[in-house]
Amino acid sequence: MDSPIQAVRRYPSKPADVYLFATCLVDQFAPDAGLDAVRLLEREGIRVHFPQAQTCCGQPAYTSGYPDEARAVAVAQMKLFPEPWPVIVPSGSCGAMMRHHYPKLFADDPAHLPVAEELAERVFELTEFLVHVVNFQRADRGDPYTVALHTSCHARREMNAHLTGHALLAGLDQVTVVRQVREEECCGFGGTFSLKHPSISEAMVTEKVESLRATGAERVLSADCGCLFNILGRAEYLDKVAACSKPSLPGEHIASFLWRRTGGGEQ
Amino acid sequence: MTQPLHFHPSEGFAARARAATADPALRKGFRGAMDFLQTKRQAQFTDAAELSDLRDLGAAIRRYSLSRLPELLQQLETNLVANGIHVHWAENADEANAIVIDIARRREAKLVIKGKSMVSEEVALNHALEGAGIEALESDMGEYIVQLAGEGPSHIIMPAIHKTKQQIAELFAAKVPGVTYTENVDELILIGRNVLRQKFAEADIGLSGVNFAVAETGTLCLLENEGNGRMCTTVPKVHIAITGIEKVVEKLEHVPPLFSLLTRSATGQAVTTYLNLISSPRKPGERDGPEEVHLILLDNGRTQAYNDEQLRATLQCIRCGACMNHCPVYARIGGHAYGTTYPGPIGAIVSPHLLGIGATHALATASTLCGACAEVCPVRIPIPELLIRLRNEAQSAADSGSELRGAGESRSVLVSMIFRAWALMYTHPMLYRIATWFMSRGRALTPTAQGAWTGIRTPLVPAPKRLRDLLAERNSRHE
Ligand code: SF4
Repeated sequence: MDSPIQAVRRYPSKPADVYLFATCLVDQFAPDAGLDAVRLLEREGIRVHFPQAQTCCGQPAYTSGYPDEARAVAVAQMKLFPEPWPVIVPSGSCGAMMRHHYPKLFADDPAHLPVAEELAERVFELTEFLVHVVNFQRADRGDPYTVALHTSCHARREMNAHLTGHALLAGLDQVTVVRQVREEECCGFGGTFSLKHPSISEAMVTEKVESLRATGAERVLSADCGCLFNILGRAEYLDKVAACSKPSLPGEHIASFLWRRTGGGEQ
Repeated sequence: MTQPLHFHPSEGFAARARAATADPALRKGFRGAMDFLQTKRQAQFTDAAELSDLRDLGAAIRRYSLSRLPELLQQLETNLVANGIHVHWAENADEANAIVIDIARRREAKLVIKGKSMVSEEVALNHALEGAGIEALESDMGEYIVQLAGEGPSHIIMPAIHKTKQQIAELFAAKVPGVTYTENVDELILIGRNVLRQKFAEADIGLSGVNFAVAETGTLCLLENEGNGRMCTTVPKVHIAITGIEKVVEKLEHVPPLFSLLTRSATGQAVTTYLNLISSPRKPGERDGPEEVHLILLDNGRTQAYNDEQLRATLQCIRCGACMNHCPVYARIGGHAYGTTYPGPIGAIVSPHLLGIGATHALATASTLCGACAEVCPVRIPIPELLIRLRNEAQSAADSGSELRGAGESRSVLVSMIFRAWALMYTHPMLYRIATWFMSRGRALTPTAQGAWTGIRTPLVPAPKRLRDLLAERNSRHE
């Protein structure tokens, strides 16, 4: 393992309260994933606080050459987490933005830097938090099933979340994870990259869809909605072109899958 | 023809990328080659802890060298001169070429035989020599192939990696006199060798690059596999080495860790076949070696990177090519699409200093910031962070005070307005709430054409209810 973050962060004990920073994509396009993340945490006896004023982590501007706009949006988020509770983010990419890039964004801004640094310390990607802080141990309640996991680049290289994603799935007895070729390779999303360089993005996502389909897994999972929408949107498009009525590559956020497999919704 | 100087790689980048991604042979070739190189590198670094320590050491050596760059360059010059090696300083490509041409004219040279040198590509030396009526012949097999084809290298370590065996066979049959078509690789190499052998004897000047220049001893280190580098630097009467000013290290003992990182990261070799340490011209009584040795130290924009605390990391590069071997974008479009001497991630971070940010802004955006490059870079250059910085510079406003050449030239008024509006919405929760409420309630009206997104994907449609609505409903039920 050779990643910027080597050290696994654990909390002294499982906290009673956490914040959820859902991300703009989950809020608008995948609210079920966010809701399932909340349910997973609550079932562990954790109160989840969702500041209603939250919007976006600021990454789109940060990676597009607009740091001032990114800072403005980041500052608006940084105010929302006053209590010293962990901030759980159901996205490796947005989590990494807050954990690693906020301090860089405010490196020359002494007024905001301490807040950014303090916040960064308690930002956790969801699967990271479930494995290392919650010590998630729920038993699998479903039938035998196969899945493939897309380990997004920022989740993998900045949050080590590919390890925790696989660890959670390995804990499900009846679920077999089928490894895809080049699992570590990018799906070609890259935020505005997918719009700026469509032909390269197409080449990348098409190969990712092919390698995921080739696993024969019944479902693809990811802890990042951006990548997931990219992959699923491409797969669906290809299905349409091929006039294929059954989705060749269904998929969802790992939080939803985990919630369902461990008996969520049964109570 | 090598690429002309003052090239504008951003122009036409999208079209070149489109053509490359639509070329199945190119895609298959690069994919296969990159997979192969990745596997080879992996096999060299089985101990993650050892690799991590070695990268720390490599990065520390390079950072230390750069922190003392001016002094080390002076020390290098003093010691090279003491060893009998002539030192020349070139501010830019034209100056570098003029120095070579001057030496060639003085020696009445007709043929320059070249070992592999990316810096000579950077200054388009072959083109300049041709203009001066001097023949330049590449002797590295890959470079020889691309020169025969009238192309430039598509990879900094493996210049002809874009060519298939069949293409090389056809090229040799068409361009090398007296050769019949063969796809036998050994035969092809032998053909090239026979041509070159002859030329080594005829050449007046041998030209090479430099991997590391050692200040304390005045030594030029040159790594290679084919032996052509040794031939170029020993057989002709004159040897000219050309390199960038960043290649200096202080001590000989700084070389082995960098050497080990370079060969293992580049081609997955434990060592190269040849490691040449050049410390003087032929001395009285010695039986071989050139009469004259020259070193040209090229700036060509490197000082701009050096002067910037963050961008200085660009100069840590030891040109191993691992970043391109692991880059998912490079693997899809190959080296030529970039339109620069140095393609891939290293090209995207170094080219802005050589050619200006305005001319190269498209390269920094042609990355998903996936981080695969930084993960393998043997000297730990934080490539994605530098790409973000270069994007900022490209989009910077006129009053930003940026000192980088071409900063803000490619700023788009439309995009800057979009981001201003975006920031307005995302800093005002009320605005965000209203806008997204309308988007979710009016989801039936979501456009099905969403620009480049829906060119190849199904449209993104907002959910009927936002997470904030679902959570608010839940809370009110619980209360
Ligand atoms: S940037 Fe790093 S990986 Fe890329 S060529 Fe330079 S040293 Fe090698």
